[in-house]
Amino acid sequence: MTDGLGPTRPRAPRRTAALRKLLRDPQALTTATVLLTVVALGLLAPVLTQHGVNEASLEHVDADPGTGDYLLGGDRSGRDIWARLLGSVNTSVVSALIGTGVALVIGLTAGLVGGYYDRLRSITEWVFSLVMTFPGLLLLIVLMPMTKGDHRVTMLIFGVLLSPGVYRLVRNLVLGVKNELFVDAARVSGLPDARILRRHVLFAIRGPVIIAAAFLCNASIGVQAGLAFLGVGSATVPSFGSMISEGFANLYIEPLQIVWPSLLLGVITVSLVLFGNALRDVLEGTVSAPSKNTARSSLATRTAPVGATPPELLVIEDLTIAYPTPSGELKEVVSGVHLRLEAGETLGLVGESGSGKTQTAFASLGVLPREAVVTRGSIRLEGRELLGASERELQRLRGRTIGYVPQEPMSNLNPSFTVGAELAEGLRAAADVSRAEARERMLTLLERVGIPDPPRTFASYPHQISGGMAQRVLIAGAVAAGPKLLIADEPTTALDVTVQAEILDLLRDLQKELHMAVLLVTHNFGIVADSCRRIAVMRQGEIVETGTCLDIFRAAEHPYTRMLLDSVLDEHSVRRDPPPSVSRILAKEER
Amino acid sequence: MTVPLLEVEDLRLTYRSRGRSLRARPVEVLHEVSLTVAEGETLGLVGESGSGKTTIGRAVLGLARPSAGSITWDGQDITHAGRRERRALARDIQVVFQDPYSSLNPALTIGDTLAEPLTVQGVGAREARRKVGALLDRVGLPADASQRLPREFSGGQRQRVAIARALAPEPRLIVCDEPVSALDLSTQARVLDLFIDIQRRTGVAYLFISHDLAVVRHISHRVAVLHRGEVVETGPAPAVTSAPRHPYTRRLVLASPVADPVEQEKRRAARGRLTVSVETSPTPDSTGATAVQKTDFHRGTR
Repeated sequence: MTDGLGPTRPRAPRRTAALRKLLRDPQALTTATVLLTVVALGLLAPVLTQHGVNEASLEHVDADPGTGDYLLGGDRSGRDIWARLLGSVNTSVVSALIGTGVALVIGLTAGLVGGYYDRLRSITEWVFSLVMTFPGLLLLIVLMPMTKGDHRVTMLIFGVLLSPGVYRLVRNLVLGVKNELFVDAARVSGLPDARILRRHVLFAIRGPVIIAAAFLCNASIGVQAGLAFLGVGSATVPSFGSMISEGFANLYIEPLQIVWPSLLLGVITVSLVLFGNALRDVLEGTVSAPSKNTARSSLATRTAPVGATPPELLVIEDLTIAYPTPSGELKEVVSGVHLRLEAGETLGLVGESGSGKTQTAFASLGVLPREAVVTRGSIRLEGRELLGASERELQRLRGRTIGYVPQEPMSNLNPSFTVGAELAEGLRAAADVSRAEARERMLTLLERVGIPDPPRTFASYPHQISGGMAQRVLIAGAVAAGPKLLIADEPTTALDVTVQAEILDLLRDLQKELHMAVLLVTHNFGIVADSCRRIAVMRQGEIVETGTCLDIFRAAEHPYTRMLLDSVLDEHSVRRDPPPSVSRILAKEER
Repeated sequence: MTVPLLEVEDLRLTYRSRGRSLRARPVEVLHEVSLTVAEGETLGLVGESGSGKTTIGRAVLGLARPSAGSITWDGQDITHAGRRERRALARDIQVVFQDPYSSLNPALTIGDTLAEPLTVQGVGAREARRKVGALLDRVGLPADASQRLPREFSGGQRQRVAIARALAPEPRLIVCDEPVSALDLSTQARVLDLFIDIQRRTGVAYLFISHDLAVVRHISHRVAVLHRGEVVETGPAPAVTSAPRHPYTRRLVLASPVADPVEQEKRRAARGRLTVSVETSPTPDSTGATAVQKTDFHRGTR
């Protein structure tokens, strides 16, 4: 990233971005339209029908659709099915609003408080665990005499029963967010807790809560209909449940009667679920998988392998790697890179973040992400083309001919295996050795990489060893099968400077001993000066300068290299000016 | 020497271990740390991971609770300042965090982020907007930045926003916790120069926490070296960073690679000699360190 202050991307209108994205999503748009139409139908019921929901007429008992102004006919009691459907929509909407509203108000408040204040958490935790022990549906039926079958009161209670789910969701989200630095920053800014919770915490967690709300609506509607189907609830309130129940009883006389309420309830439920999913995609930014065509690493041009074995160990020619953008075009992150690495030499690949240095290294290992497309170029190891090679061929190379040391030692060790088990497995995959032999060889190697008590480390789990130790372990694993090329991607960035020095020493010693070539990816010129014989400087996917270490440090040709070298803070940049006199500054400001 | 603005004396801080097992013992991460920051000066606090440098900053900010010792601000004891006192202190003590990505609320525009501390302190909306414009200008961001969201900015630009937010209440001390570690080389140099420029103009003092000796050397008037929760060496920046007295500081200086192949070779040789002398003295083994005890984490033993 540059610190340039030039015009950045076009201004995105704040907060409407998510809404606009939602409108562009076909699934969200369709389902939202359906839901809004249904709600509007319910609201317009007085206009759309002349009959009351409980208005019975003997002439219209089990009337066919279209009889008189009975659009969908009459039910068993001679009531207008169309009017009752619209009434049921209103009942469902009210149920959804009450149930979801109560669950959200209780769950959100308690979740924010319980998540943010450690002391109050044990109380909220206890209360909601208690609520969760209630058998929900049963309770609603048992409480019938109290609620008198009013669906609104029932939903009020149901909302309380739903609230533990919201509470747990919010509590977990708050626990994650409250340690974010922007919350700390707000506290240091002197903001009162209520404001921090409302503005910083609530805002950060709103996405999942909105999504949960869509599913809560569904639950409320379903339970209300279910209860009505069972006959729990007032008979005068129209409901999909009671309509389905009646239609069911009348199935042999008028089979259509069960269809209308089931269909509408189904449409509402499905729309809510799909809308909830679309919301999740938009708010939580699930990237849709790129299409298969672009996903496969394809080769536009493949350079034929040269006949004679070149003296170079690794030859990268015209390597170009691109990634598909959301608009479907390809964006190049590495463009036309040429690199040559002789056997036994150390090449430093230097650049700032986003320069493409890691992508180049990954391409040499054949482990680019699935969506990456290598548009052209060639990577040859000992004359053998790696691009387009089968996964099996690559697997045979990795570990045996190419070793890899990653940036984050900790996340590259599987926490559920002992260090030894993982090392031995790696070695046995690369070299044909017995279990006991692998153990013997790894113990010797662990001692070689400077681990004080190899058997103990061998039996340890990754969390039991320090970061520096973990990196030594990974280095031991990388060189176990005696690779000819070691790719180290910022191998010391995550380590302390004293440990870094030791790891660099180790890498240098191993390189000499095993006569490996090392491709050292780094952003640190100190490390390059320490370990590399040659340097390649990358900027925005291109190599701007290659040369020996001495030449580039003494007289870099490219202005970008010079700029980078000038930015290095060295021994000479010591602060010499005294602390400014504050009184003088204040006096100056007053003038 | 003037009266110190901030005085930390014999500060101890203990973290409870995670988990509720009976074996979980509290871990002391600061052992009687003392340091001072004078008005308008930069105290560089340098140390490796787990040395407790960030914890000191958090204790000064009131985000971590000391178990013993005292923190004095401008002659007033703030070791156990309550919420209200802390809120008042927010005018004087501010912070810039390491990670410019998580330190800005992604949902608030830059303008809202910057105006918030001002409006909380009772500044009117119009006055706040004027001040936000001035702050953006001071940190070298365009005025229209206030309408935009953090995600539209690069790491360096976000760190400028974080600096502007810290400057908003016109504080007398800013705790800078690794403010340039996440930035690229060229950006890092420019942001450091911004820090220095702001100090010259406003006379704000910095407690500048970093693991990088070169960065600390560049910005600090004085340097304190922290090792496993203890200050092992304090003094003027040039002296501590070029002619260190304590063996640990010496090790730290020699371990930082110089961006010069010839110089670096000499330094490596010097370090080799030092390591040999260190190795003869017993160093604790670190393989037993667990993730819980962050203090024991990266301990380079050989």
